[in-house]
Amino acid sequence: MPWTTVFDDVEIIQDRGKGRGNEPPAGGDDDGDAHRRPASPPERRYYTGLMLGLVAILMFFMALTSAYIVRKGFGDDWQQVPLPPVLWVNTGILLASSLTIELARRRLAASDPSGFRTLWLVTTGLGILFLAGQLAAWRQLVAAGAYLASNPASSFFYTLTAAHGIHLLGGILALVFVAARHFDRAKVSRGLAAEVASIYWHFMDGLWLFLIALLYLGR
Amino acid sequence: MVTHDSGAAHHHEPPSGFIWKYIFSKDHKIIGIQYLLLALFSVFLGMALSLLMRLHLAWPALKFPFIAGGAMTGEQYLALLTMHGTIMVFMVLTTAPQSGFGNYILPIQIGAADMAFPTLNMLSFWTTFLSLVVMVAAFFVPEGSPIGGWTAYPPLSALGQIAGPGQGTGQTLWVVGLAIFCAASLMGALNFITTVIDLRTRGMSLLRMPLTVWAWFITAILGLLAFGVLLAACILLLLDRTAGTSFFIPGGLVVTDQIINHKGGSPLLWQHLFWFFGHPEVYIAILPGMGVASHLLSTFSRKPVFGYRAMVYAICGIGFLGFCVWGHHMFVSGMSPYSAFAFSVLTMSIGVPSAIKTFNWLGTLWHGKIQFTTAMLFALGFVSLFVSGGLSGLFLAQPSIDLFFHDTYFVVAHFHLIMGVAAIFGIFGALFFWFPKMFGRHLSEPLGKIHFWFSFVGVYAIFMPMHWLGMVGAPRRYAEMSSNAFLAPLMPIHRFISIAAVITIAAQFLFLFNFLWSLWKGKKADQNPWNATTLEWSIPSPPPFDNFAGEEPVVYRGPYEFSPPDIAEDFLPQHVAPQRVARGK
Repeated sequence: MPWTTVFDDVEIIQDRGKGRGNEPPAGGDDDGDAHRRPASPPERRYYTGLMLGLVAILMFFMALTSAYIVRKGFGDDWQQVPLPPVLWVNTGILLASSLTIELARRRLAASDPSGFRTLWLVTTGLGILFLAGQLAAWRQLVAAGAYLASNPASSFFYTLTAAHGIHLLGGILALVFVAARHFDRAKVSRGLAAEVASIYWHFMDGLWLFLIALLYLGR
Repeated sequence: MVTHDSGAAHHHEPPSGFIWKYIFSKDHKIIGIQYLLLALFSVFLGMALSLLMRLHLAWPALKFPFIAGGAMTGEQYLALLTMHGTIMVFMVLTTAPQSGFGNYILPIQIGAADMAFPTLNMLSFWTTFLSLVVMVAAFFVPEGSPIGGWTAYPPLSALGQIAGPGQGTGQTLWVVGLAIFCAASLMGALNFITTVIDLRTRGMSLLRMPLTVWAWFITAILGLLAFGVLLAACILLLLDRTAGTSFFIPGGLVVTDQIINHKGGSPLLWQHLFWFFGHPEVYIAILPGMGVASHLLSTFSRKPVFGYRAMVYAICGIGFLGFCVWGHHMFVSGMSPYSAFAFSVLTMSIGVPSAIKTFNWLGTLWHGKIQFTTAMLFALGFVSLFVSGGLSGLFLAQPSIDLFFHDTYFVVAHFHLIMGVAAIFGIFGALFFWFPKMFGRHLSEPLGKIHFWFSFVGVYAIFMPMHWLGMVGAPRRYAEMSSNAFLAPLMPIHRFISIAAVITIAAQFLFLFNFLWSLWKGKKADQNPWNATTLEWSIPSPPPFDNFAGEEPVVYRGPYEFSPPDIAEDFLPQHVAPQRVARGK
């Protein structure tokens, strides 16, 4: 039978069909020597879980983005709100934090825990500074008279920045967790936790670049 | 308490103390049972709501003791309709087949000691529980539960109290509850996918996974991609309701003689976001049932699944196409005929993988040594209902026919057969099959068979006549049809349906009795009572805390090796090493 390949228990399968007429082929047993497939290393799940989480977050923001595009094209009441200039400073801060988190990880890999700790705290500080900057941007908008319900452009501005801010706040909590936790008794190492947290952090950075491009180009 | 649990084959101690063992448990088996109990409560609640609706439809003057004034108002009917749909779709059809049985069985079937993230698993359950509490709370606020249907179309769902009783606080609770449910489902989906990708034991290649695992895996992917979109939609709706934004509320609305101070929003935007989630949701409800049906048909025909690979590809195909067809829920929304045509063709193309599955189920049965256990009866019932409900889908997939059918009982019949009762039959099949594994005792077979036949004949008696109602144009969602000259002659059919519903619902108490009685008094089950092949039958019933007692099982073959020739028994389990197989008939 052409659909079976040779391995340990192949005789059992190849015997099938003897005197059994037009027996349908057996299912699911034609995958070569996959029985030698080893189980995954236990730490891989954290990367897989993180990637899946990022996919879910991406779908959430894509839904908001498509709503933005549809709503902008639909109504005749879209009045552009000027982007507060502080946003560009915030963008710079977030980009810098991606740099420092990467440097921190290299310090950890080079067995320099104090260097890691310093840079990690700098990253956390930059993250908090970014959120403070976002709040300042909101204050500037409010001062200009653009509230959440003023018009669809401002509604989307507040919604998108708030959604991103909440996700970034989660990232800050993760950074604090990595810095504060004792990893001696845990099954994950600090290096693994730091790597997972920093991937998330870079993703939040990239997501912000996408959102600011959307808000800027969508004017 | 184990703080950093893992699903890998490490032996770890079970938690001690009632609360950590049974309430805030991180054990996937306990969490699975918690989900099933949540669904059991919800299904009886949802069924009670449908009973009230059916009674009112058939006998509109009937007085209810718990309603002030006695007779049911149209708004009260709509509140029942909304909550029936919401509770059934989310708390029963999404939780029981996927989160319930998936949680319990999936890790064992792939040879893992637990899910990938046990703490997250616990969190998903309690978040789901919170969402149920928030939704059910809508019954107890002064104006009652929302009346906008389970799809909550704006603008009426976005306007608040002015749009009707229950559209105030009730609808807000509904939106918040649904948003919480989205978060819970996302956590669950992430856990399921990671578990399947990373926790499979040695030898468990993708194409050796039982079809149940494949179905739960693809369902989890659908959930991961769909619930984030619904979450975004819920947040925008909540902002429209509470913060004065106009995402979904158009301008120029006058409701109850009041001018609505919103403008420019698009109600259709909600429909797109909702159905982009909503159609995959249909497959989230039905795919696990397909997996269970395949599994049971093979086991109780004592034959391998016919066309295992084709079944896997069909599950993947249905999952993919499920994301491309949401527009068919919106044919009557004034969509461009070109879009409608595209959605129509894509929708009908789902018939191809569906037909592959049906054909292969029949191929599995063909020349099998069929054992008519209750579980098998429910699996056969699933196939029957899937075909009956699926065929009417081909009618509704055509925009010109849907224009007529869309707001009639034809649609009610269609989605109840395929999404509602087919999925419920999948749940029953799974329960009768795995109950011995989960609780160490069998459900009563004679009671189960009586329950099956009442349910099987009952659901056809309920939903088949609804097709005829729909064909003559009886509109759905109407609370009262006896006083309309055109609809009044249909009342005998409505009464027939209601009587069938009362009998079918009564039969479900037979099941409830069977469930509770068998938990304590059922026939003791041994390790592998069905002579089945997958890994859950290689461990005691019920399984120990860490499933494989710290051992890592090794898988040598595919999941459906039934009746192989020259073997002493008519099944060859996945974990038995080739050199240990007893030869000779």
